[in-house]
Amino acid sequence: MGVEGIGARVARKEDKRFITGRGRYVDDVKVIGLTHAHFIRSPHAHAKVKGIDASAAKDMPGVVDVLTAQQLVDDKIGNLICGWAVSSKDGTPMKMGAWPAMAPDTVRFVGQAVAVVIAETKNQAKDAAEAVVVEYEELPAVSSMTTALAKSAPQLHPEAPGNVVYDWAIGDEKQTNDAFSKAANVVSLDLTNNRLVPNAMEPRAAVAEYDEAEEHFTLHTTSQNPHVARLVLSAFYNVAQEHKLRVIAPDVGGGFGSKIFIYPEEMVALWASKKVRRPVKWTGDRTEAFLTDAHGRDHMSHAEMAFDANNRILGLRVKTHANFGAYMSLFSSSVPTYLYATLLSGQYNIPTIYAEVMGVYTNTTPVDAYRGAGRPEASYLVERLMETSARQLKVDPAELRRINFVTQFPHQTPVIMAYDIGDFGASLDAALKAIDYSGFPARKAKAKAAGKLRGLGFSCYIEACGIAPSKAVGSLGAGVGLWESAEVRVNPVGTIEVLTGSHSHGQGHETTFAQLVAGRLGISVDQVQIVHGDTDKVQFGMGTYGSRSAAVGMSAIFKAMEKVEAKAKKIAAHLLEASEGDIVIENGEFKVAGTDKAIALPMVALAAYTAHNLPDGMEPGLKEGAFYDPTNFTFPAGAYICEVEIDPGTGKTDIVDFVAVDDFGRLINPMIVEGQVHGGLAQGIGQAMLESAVYDDNGQPVTASFMDYAMPRADDVPSFRVSHTTTLCPGNPLGVKGCGEAGAIGSSPAVINAITDALGHNKIEMPATPGRVWEALQLRQAAE
Amino acid sequence: MYETTYHRPASIDEAAALFAKHPDAKYLAGGHTLIPVMKQRLAAPSDVIDLARIKDMIGIEATADALIIKAATTYYDITQSAAAKKAIPAIVHLTSVLGDPAVRYRGTIGGSIANNDPAADYPAAVLALNATIKTNKREIKGDDFFQGLFSTALEDNEIITSVSFPIPAKAGYAKMRHPASRFALTAVFVAQSKSGEVRVAATGASQSGVMRVPAIEAALKANWSAGALDGVNISADGLMGDIHGSAEYRANLIKVMAQRAVEAAS
Repeated sequence: MGVEGIGARVARKEDKRFITGRGRYVDDVKVIGLTHAHFIRSPHAHAKVKGIDASAAKDMPGVVDVLTAQQLVDDKIGNLICGWAVSSKDGTPMKMGAWPAMAPDTVRFVGQAVAVVIAETKNQAKDAAEAVVVEYEELPAVSSMTTALAKSAPQLHPEAPGNVVYDWAIGDEKQTNDAFSKAANVVSLDLTNNRLVPNAMEPRAAVAEYDEAEEHFTLHTTSQNPHVARLVLSAFYNVAQEHKLRVIAPDVGGGFGSKIFIYPEEMVALWASKKVRRPVKWTGDRTEAFLTDAHGRDHMSHAEMAFDANNRILGLRVKTHANFGAYMSLFSSSVPTYLYATLLSGQYNIPTIYAEVMGVYTNTTPVDAYRGAGRPEASYLVERLMETSARQLKVDPAELRRINFVTQFPHQTPVIMAYDIGDFGASLDAALKAIDYSGFPARKAKAKAAGKLRGLGFSCYIEACGIAPSKAVGSLGAGVGLWESAEVRVNPVGTIEVLTGSHSHGQGHETTFAQLVAGRLGISVDQVQIVHGDTDKVQFGMGTYGSRSAAVGMSAIFKAMEKVEAKAKKIAAHLLEASEGDIVIENGEFKVAGTDKAIALPMVALAAYTAHNLPDGMEPGLKEGAFYDPTNFTFPAGAYICEVEIDPGTGKTDIVDFVAVDDFGRLINPMIVEGQVHGGLAQGIGQAMLESAVYDDNGQPVTASFMDYAMPRADDVPSFRVSHTTTLCPGNPLGVKGCGEAGAIGSSPAVINAITDALGHNKIEMPATPGRVWEALQLRQAAE
Repeated sequence: MYETTYHRPASIDEAAALFAKHPDAKYLAGGHTLIPVMKQRLAAPSDVIDLARIKDMIGIEATADALIIKAATTYYDITQSAAAKKAIPAIVHLTSVLGDPAVRYRGTIGGSIANNDPAADYPAAVLALNATIKTNKREIKGDDFFQGLFSTALEDNEIITSVSFPIPAKAGYAKMRHPASRFALTAVFVAQSKSGEVRVAATGASQSGVMRVPAIEAALKANWSAGALDGVNISADGLMGDIHGSAEYRANLIKVMAQRAVEAAS
């Protein structure tokens, strides 16, 4: 490995264009004849659409057309799909209410589109939108799961009686109940996992073009997975044929999961471009992002843990209600089931688990995967429960975890996952040392003398990344395979292009993927170009989410590189008149081991393309592709310790120290890994202390702008202390596990465990805002 | 945003004349309230008259008795003013915790006071110091200026030209920031005048905007110390309660912020 290979802190190649304002995002796309779309959205959480009168609007300046939901129906455009089939415990399939891209008869959340104005300018489209008269008949709305499940609650979908999506379960109920009946101690906890708004910096956007002569569409869109977008748009929505649709996801300013899904607006823009025979641009504004980007989390759970007399866990029983919002978004069904309940074993030996999950419709924005997707909800539940248990059982929380850690690998949990490797004790030890755990009582006393309440909280999280293998996810109901593809092209001059099915929207793939190639060949990362995000350039790929791009995407590149190197070695051996087995690759040269005979990579490449002198029977060229399907999920894990100080006068919590020790397997670029962890921690801390999407009783959003939805700012988070322990993942050739979501998965419980430690009781929910912490302190004083 | 006509007058008189000519005009200062509501199409002024570049409206001077800040002076300039720091450091502190750097480069003291957002910072200082608001027509005492949420004694075409803060014996400001907006969740300005009068104003707390706090004034008049407020009870009646804090929490914050303002006062 050279200085720019795996493990090097190479500065991000893509940052030059990002930080100098030269990124090219969807809204930067300008095409001749462009029109602008503005959606007319429901102001009601639940209403019948009685009629739409667009006649006045159509005559307004600059208006090209006003398209309504009924025209989508007339054109037989398909409803939105959910790509993961999950059945209830009684075997019945999930109850999916129809979700048209624009609502022809019933709106079910504030912000749902009913029509779209296409005009020469965005302002003209907005002017005309005000002249479109939509007649609504308001219906009673349900904005919380509790009201949605009440008897005689208003019903959202005729397909889903009782507003229930599914009533799903995992694990062995009888065995778990038996374990509880034998328990020396049972600890229980009710908790809420608050609803979050993803808030990527770049809002969603689409530029759709239709070429009438070729019957061909081009869609620039803010997507984490352009091939999946093309597949879904063509196979299910009847908008375009797959071979007549090019989807380009250029620079994308953050996704966090919210740009996995195929949303109504992008689909309508594509359809409209053919309808009006003009290119159509839609760029969402921040309000539209709050109202229509898929939200995250939103669980209510009751959890119980059974212990024997030696504080060993005997079993775990969980009942969770998961809010789906008004419709089932693309992967919504998998998030509170296979991405959540399968992680409920945490880092612990738990002989038996039984978890029930009820999915619930409400008149709110649809909920789907958001950074961590199910795994933050699992780690929050398990780690809050462990901390609560330690306090009730009067055991040191580190010790309680340690005596229950899984230490033998592979380890089959009772909830599908088979952990391949890890060393949970090593991470915890490193974290305890870093935080100076034994010095905590003295720090607490010192804080008390200064009038502050100090607390310390743990989180020993585990998560599952890669979202693979295809066969496994298929057996669990996934509608797609979850492998990845790569093609490595060595150009005739020896520079290299890597075409990857992964998509970078902030992760730094253009650097890390280049490091893999550069390291193997001993060349500079500048010699390697990563190509992604365009279905016309790149072979079919599955995109980026679930921290899968290193474990799955880079493994595909690894495989393709092996093929390229094998062929190149054959050529080099032929040219050097040496045996193929003696050829080694060093510093950009193919050398005959133990001699000074060598030929540089560009000469090998040139030979491959001139084909003047190749081994007999060899095809010209130097380009190889690979598809990689892993054998298992990967299991990043770690130990986080948070130390807080509460100002009892204001309830304001300061995070005075935060230690994160992660095991991500091999690190490709430690600087980028640290950046990913920092961002994840900020999002987890945001969930724990600041962020919450709130609806009033009528389903009106209360927090639809940054004036009320509190995003974490730089001064809300401490200077993180991040380090690593390492067990190499045996499931992929690079030994990597993934690092994109861990911070968001592991940090929230550490923060709340620290705050409840400082409070001296457990009665607080996320986000632990100063107001809530102050109220919780009054409870404590009342008790005293 | 709806179409509008932008004007950049060179003088206060020219601005007032423009306003008289265009009945649906709005004055623009820093624009932090007006521009967002225009972008949301909630305001549609036919004309926007920019006051922020009128030279006669920019500047800071201190006399023996007063700190006079002209209305279009930016927050940033106030934080950088040696005269302001010397005369009333609490005003400079208040300004330094107002918004963020981008806001402070653009926002103006006159714009903030004229807008009278119930969670804005300056109204607390104006009220606690009993400042005088000078306009192109008259002088208005701080006590008479604020008239509830987003409402002031200003007439439609009246322009604040400067604010004159009497220099106090002591003054302090303490702010609990709103977690999302960073406006005042509750903030308190305490002041003791050179003649010994104590005035305390709270912003962000009341349903009716900035308010005096007589219970705290009485306690501090008797004993100017944070400890003197330990036994003071602030009623939650009439205070705001929302997802960021109950009325009881804000009542507590009035006391705690007053104590911290007293501790910080100089």
